Amino acid sequence: MSAAMTVVKPDPGAPLRFPHRHLLGIEGLSPDEITFLLDLADSYVQQNREQDKKSTILRGRTVINLFFENSTRTRTSFELAGKRLGGDVINMSVSTSSIKKGETLIDTAMTLNAMHPDVLIVRHPDSGAVALLAQKVNCAVVNGGDGSHEHPTQALLDALTIRRRRGKLQGLLVAICGDILHSRVARSNIQLMQIMGARVRLIAPPTLLPSAIQRLGVEVFHDMRKGLEGCDIVMMLRLQTERMQGSFVPSIREYFHFYGLDYDKLKSAKPDALIMHPGPMNRGVEIDSEVADDIDRSLIREQVEMGVAVRMAVLDALTRNPGQRNAPAGK
Amino acid sequence: MALNQAANGHGRVAYVNARLIDPASNLDAPGALLTEGEAIADLGPRLFNDGVPAGIEAIDANGLCLAPGLVDIRVQLREPGEEHKETIATAGAAAIAGGITSMVCLPNTEPVIDNVAGIEFIARRAREVKRAKVYAYAAATKELAGKDITEIGLLSEAGAVAFTDGVRAIASARVMRRALSYASAFGALIVQHPEEPALADTGVMNEGEIATRLGLSGIPTCAEAMMVARDLRLVELTGGRYHVAHVSTAEAVELIRRAKARGIAVTCDTAPPYFALNELAVGDYRTFAKLSPPLRSDDDRRAIIAGLRDGTIDAIASDHAPQDQDSKRLPFVHAEYGGIGLETLLALSLELYHNNHLTLPEVIRRLTEAPARILGLKAGSLAKGRPADLLLFDPARPWVIEESAIRSKSKNTPFERRPVQGMAVRTVIDGRTVHGAA
Repeated sequence: MSAAMTVVKPDPGAPLRFPHRHLLGIEGLSPDEITFLLDLADSYVQQNREQDKKSTILRGRTVINLFFENSTRTRTSFELAGKRLGGDVINMSVSTSSIKKGETLIDTAMTLNAMHPDVLIVRHPDSGAVALLAQKVNCAVVNGGDGSHEHPTQALLDALTIRRRRGKLQGLLVAICGDILHSRVARSNIQLMQIMGARVRLIAPPTLLPSAIQRLGVEVFHDMRKGLEGCDIVMMLRLQTERMQGSFVPSIREYFHFYGLDYDKLKSAKPDALIMHPGPMNRGVEIDSEVADDIDRSLIREQVEMGVAVRMAVLDALTRNPGQRNAPAGK
Repeated sequence: MALNQAANGHGRVAYVNARLIDPASNLDAPGALLTEGEAIADLGPRLFNDGVPAGIEAIDANGLCLAPGLVDIRVQLREPGEEHKETIATAGAAAIAGGITSMVCLPNTEPVIDNVAGIEFIARRAREVKRAKVYAYAAATKELAGKDITEIGLLSEAGAVAFTDGVRAIASARVMRRALSYASAFGALIVQHPEEPALADTGVMNEGEIATRLGLSGIPTCAEAMMVARDLRLVELTGGRYHVAHVSTAEAVELIRRAKARGIAVTCDTAPPYFALNELAVGDYRTFAKLSPPLRSDDDRRAIIAGLRDGTIDAIASDHAPQDQDSKRLPFVHAEYGGIGLETLLALSLELYHNNHLTLPEVIRRLTEAPARILGLKAGSLAKGRPADLLLFDPARPWVIEESAIRSKSKNTPFERRPVQGMAVRTVIDGRTVHGAA
């Protein structure tokens, strides 16, 4: 590796409290590390509300958005985050790249690595694929969602959203409802909420719950009204409609009847319970439109705003690591 | 590797000062063994007590164990069709280095071994390569498609030792019934990969907490138990002969235990990963630990050991499944299944001895006499007149499994960097030392 690489540390006085090379998942992070990222993100919320939203923290840095799966929201959010920090952001969408021509994930990683990016943001349909790629590159890697495994920035933005409304996560009762089986958002949130001292309930039909999920320390409910009792936060998950054709649940109608969030079921939760959804929503499938649009209860739009701030914090934290460009590949 | 064929090919060789272990005759005693040409001429505790006569080459075993060469009844050779992963020659070299003198290959090659020509091809290539002896399973169904049974009678005459669809289960109960029933006319054995495919579905590892944490879809243990339970009913119905390959679950062990108690004609084997590893080996998406059947829970692992102890599990096979780098350096979901095992079969099986689960002769029985008996092979015992397929091994010698030392063409061992004890010191096939000559 070249010795001539410069490591820019824009704020050398700030403590380095996120000592990880990559952000591959929430599992394994400490409460302090999560708090550090949330505090940092909080500072970016204000910056994003100014007329001039741009800083220079990532000046000269290259951020590549490498998406092996369709995504508009997450990709845009990362792109904005990188640009607002003054970095050069490149989007690589894989439907147009050589993966389709048979190039392997590792070949793609090596190719991009040779372009000396500082941060790779990767979304991939296979669990573990982002960690595999991270082993092969010299830059920081952010997991933008891998299969059904983890989506750490989503959990962080959810946490930031809740913390700004409730002041803390400690002691809250959080219900995660819907397609837990296929959800990386659920897995990251289960981890994060518990690390930060919240209690987690899962509400879903048994066919949409992975086996032995109780071993992760959560309570499981199949009856939504019972599950929502006493909850402070109701997180709805997107149900992919291709999973509704009798394979996991019999029909949209039946699913909404038992697991769709409407005002009637919401009555079981605390009177001031807040509603979240990682988007994109299927209105009338997992969530009633009225509930989703209730400005007093629904945090859904706030989540999107927090998403940019959290991703700025993650990019900032990872590029603060001294010598990240010169470190050997691997964890 | 020393291929010392000419030196002692047709003379008489005496192996003296050995610990003779022959599970078939319940022999475990100090003694000597004499080979003449390709066969065992004599053996016993008193043989050569007065020295080796002139004209006989004497090999001093230095007190090490002399046993029948190992008989490995589950090996994927990848030849024909996938010679970039393994060949009969490279697998043969790995086998003899691991003390294996006979191996039985699965029919899942390209083309599939589902006809007499395929069996003859394997036999001819094995003769040309002249390493470990190679026996072949034939496919139970044409093209391994699970629909139409193969020419079980003709294939048996051509030398197929048993019938299996290899790494695929014979899924249809109707086809399985027919295969067991038809094979019984020839006394032929049907070998099953015990996994109900509809339940295994998209699973890539054992179902449970680890799979859930990793976001991988799981294969429940009952996928194995259900297939075994179903097949055992069909065995009762048809009177066929049935063998369960690589048993990995406590439930399946218990089903087989009860079936044996009831006198049903069933045998089974397992492979070292299922008694030496558990699902934790998958760790952070390690594709070398992606096996079929998947690595199971530690309760299952202990049940496999219990099954080996009480004889429910008859044999241990390597389940050698070579995969090249490109097949394994992929996201876990897309990586191929399997691990290599020829060179580590002896040492990993000896863990059962070192951990006091089995006596040394009982470990050797599961690697020699038992698998040979299941398939009716003329191998696996130290009897006068038998082929001189021998293994001289040091049960205590420590070494570390390391990729750099692997002779197989593919290096995909799930046991990388594992310290083990026990090593083949000399491997003899038909009286010739093929590995380890001084």
